[in-house]
Amino acid sequence: MLMNWGGRLPVNVTDSSKINQMQLSKSLLSGFKLLLNGLLTLTVVFCFTTLILLIAGAPPLAAYYHIFKGSLGSWITFGHVVKTWIPLTLCSTGLIYTFRIGLWNIGVEGQIMMGAVFSTAMLRWGADWNQPFGVIGLAYGAGISGGAMWAIIAGFLKTKGGVNEIFAGLGLNFVAQGLILWLIFGPWRRPGVASMSGTEPFPYELWLSNWPGLRIAPAGLALAIGAIFLTALILKYTRIGLNLKAIGNNAQAARLFGLNPKHHMLLAMLFAGGLAGLAGNIQVTGIYHRLLPAISSNYGYLALMVVMLANYNIWAAPLVAFFFACLNVGSIQLPMALRLDSSLSGVIQGSLVLATLAVQAWRVKRNK
Amino acid sequence: MPTLHFIATTMISDLNLTILFASVIAGAAPVVIAAIGETITEKAGIINLSLDGTILLSAMTAFAVAYETDSLLLGFGAAGIVGACVAGIVALFSIYLGQSQVAVGFVLTLMCRDLAYFLGNPYSRLQGPQASPLPLPFLKEIPFLGTVFCNHNLPVYLSLALIFISWQYIYRTSYGLKLRSVGENPEASFVRGINPRKIQLTYALCGGFLVGISGAVFSLAIKPGWGRPQGAEGVGWIALALVIFGGWHPIRAAAGAYFFSFLQVIGIHAQTWLPNAPAQVFQVAPFPLMIFTLVLMHLAQKEAVLNWTEEKAWLRTLIRMFSGTAPQSLGKTEISN
Repeated sequence: MLMNWGGRLPVNVTDSSKINQMQLSKSLLSGFKLLLNGLLTLTVVFCFTTLILLIAGAPPLAAYYHIFKGSLGSWITFGHVVKTWIPLTLCSTGLIYTFRIGLWNIGVEGQIMMGAVFSTAMLRWGADWNQPFGVIGLAYGAGISGGAMWAIIAGFLKTKGGVNEIFAGLGLNFVAQGLILWLIFGPWRRPGVASMSGTEPFPYELWLSNWPGLRIAPAGLALAIGAIFLTALILKYTRIGLNLKAIGNNAQAARLFGLNPKHHMLLAMLFAGGLAGLAGNIQVTGIYHRLLPAISSNYGYLALMVVMLANYNIWAAPLVAFFFACLNVGSIQLPMALRLDSSLSGVIQGSLVLATLAVQAWRVKRNK
Repeated sequence: MPTLHFIATTMISDLNLTILFASVIAGAAPVVIAAIGETITEKAGIINLSLDGTILLSAMTAFAVAYETDSLLLGFGAAGIVGACVAGIVALFSIYLGQSQVAVGFVLTLMCRDLAYFLGNPYSRLQGPQASPLPLPFLKEIPFLGTVFCNHNLPVYLSLALIFISWQYIYRTSYGLKLRSVGENPEASFVRGINPRKIQLTYALCGGFLVGISGAVFSLAIKPGWGRPQGAEGVGWIALALVIFGGWHPIRAAAGAYFFSFLQVIGIHAQTWLPNAPAQVFQVAPFPLMIFTLVLMHLAQKEAVLNWTEEKAWLRTLIRMFSGTAPQSLGKTEISN
């Protein structure tokens, strides 16, 4: 090395293969450790959930069996899983942008709701135009802009008003929930009875078309998959993606480099809000065909956990989202089959994220 | 808020100012206790974001324990321990594992809520024990003030006493000074011979205990019983907002709790006076107000704004009312020790 200091480094065939071998064994080792961590996490979560089930006086194995059968047991239940996966994935991909720049966009829940509200408004407005395709198309735009608007408000409160995005987002979530309740019981109430069952369903032409039997809207599925690839592309290959990462890692240095953190925060919020708004749109046009008080189904909060468990990785997020969707759909069987509350899925999901955080941190500590 | 609904519905027929204020004091009790508990935790530099779930889980525990043992005291104790345990998890993850308090607290919020619904399922819609009214002898005879302050049950008195005690403790004792110093500058405290980790863990547990008690106040006094939904949903977020609204000061946080309790009671009345007024406006009122307060607090720290308000006396008082700063080390993890 020293002899060649001035010139080119010698590229020796045997040397490089040695390095490759070393790298391979190193990556194998780290892969093995990763597997071990995963197994440890799963064991902890399994023990915890089993303990909770035993405390509740329920047969643990039967509960797990019903969750599995209720999610992947038949084509119909699988359809329900995909229906849950679509909005969850859309929100998760959106959150990747905001997490990348270091924002905790907890307002994603309200952004779904506003997407749903704006889509409903568009569909109600255009119901008698006799242009179903045009109206559905406009409703997509309305939903995306509704979610994006709600996110931008939180973004401005953060950048201009100095309000922490967590509290701004939370506040806006409750405001959006209040707005939906007011609409359902006020201006958009059903003729006759206003109730928690929501607004009057839209005319059939305005429903997103489904695959027969499965009740999955192909348009929604395509949009979700498209969002994953587009996000991966933007984050990996465009300047915006690089900038978001740079600011998220070190805002001070990025500013000195000539990047404007505030503009990029607003941009990230715009992406996240738009995707959440799209999820809200699909909830309205593809699944419920009306506006409900619980239109967001907690998918926003759940998506935050998905992204955390996926370690903020765009390719892992859809897989985690699928697993979470299975848990959500499968646990619906629990009240009927075992007289248990369906919230078991939330307990499993939460303990999974906590155990992962703990195992990761523990490993980092030990390696120090 | 659904929590106040039952109090208010009993008094819709006649709007008596005395009863109105008494119901404001009673309805705000659990929120006051939770907000003060969270203020104490945040003063030490730990954000316990899990309040909403913790309150539900402790409310469920309180009811289940009180139902099984027929002892209110055990119910309150168990709820406090549950609250302390959840806060302890947040603190341990932050202090010893260096994980984000916000992330852990958020996951715990959702998980505790689901755990409460899951484990509380067998206890839903059961008739259980509840705190009985305990009017203070002689004091309750005082006109107006007697009914407003001295004609409640024990948890309500506790909430009133706690405001004063917590203020005294934080600002008038050496323990309180240590608590605040750790929250402001853990490194400097360490140099002065204080163990920041121990202090943070201790006050996270204390604050969590109070949050747990506030859950018990719901299921054993204010809105007796357990169910899905219990009616305490969303209260944890309001308490978190109130800590900020109060500028991390226990008395101002409590004042905020009474203000919002008042808004909600008035809101229920407004519904009867103006049937067309959307009730939802009053239910979500705390949240836009919280955001507004946060913006004002931000503006109050800007020199340009201070100069601008120099000649406008009312603006200056308004801004001064809302100024307050968070403990400097709030939310930071891994204190060098």
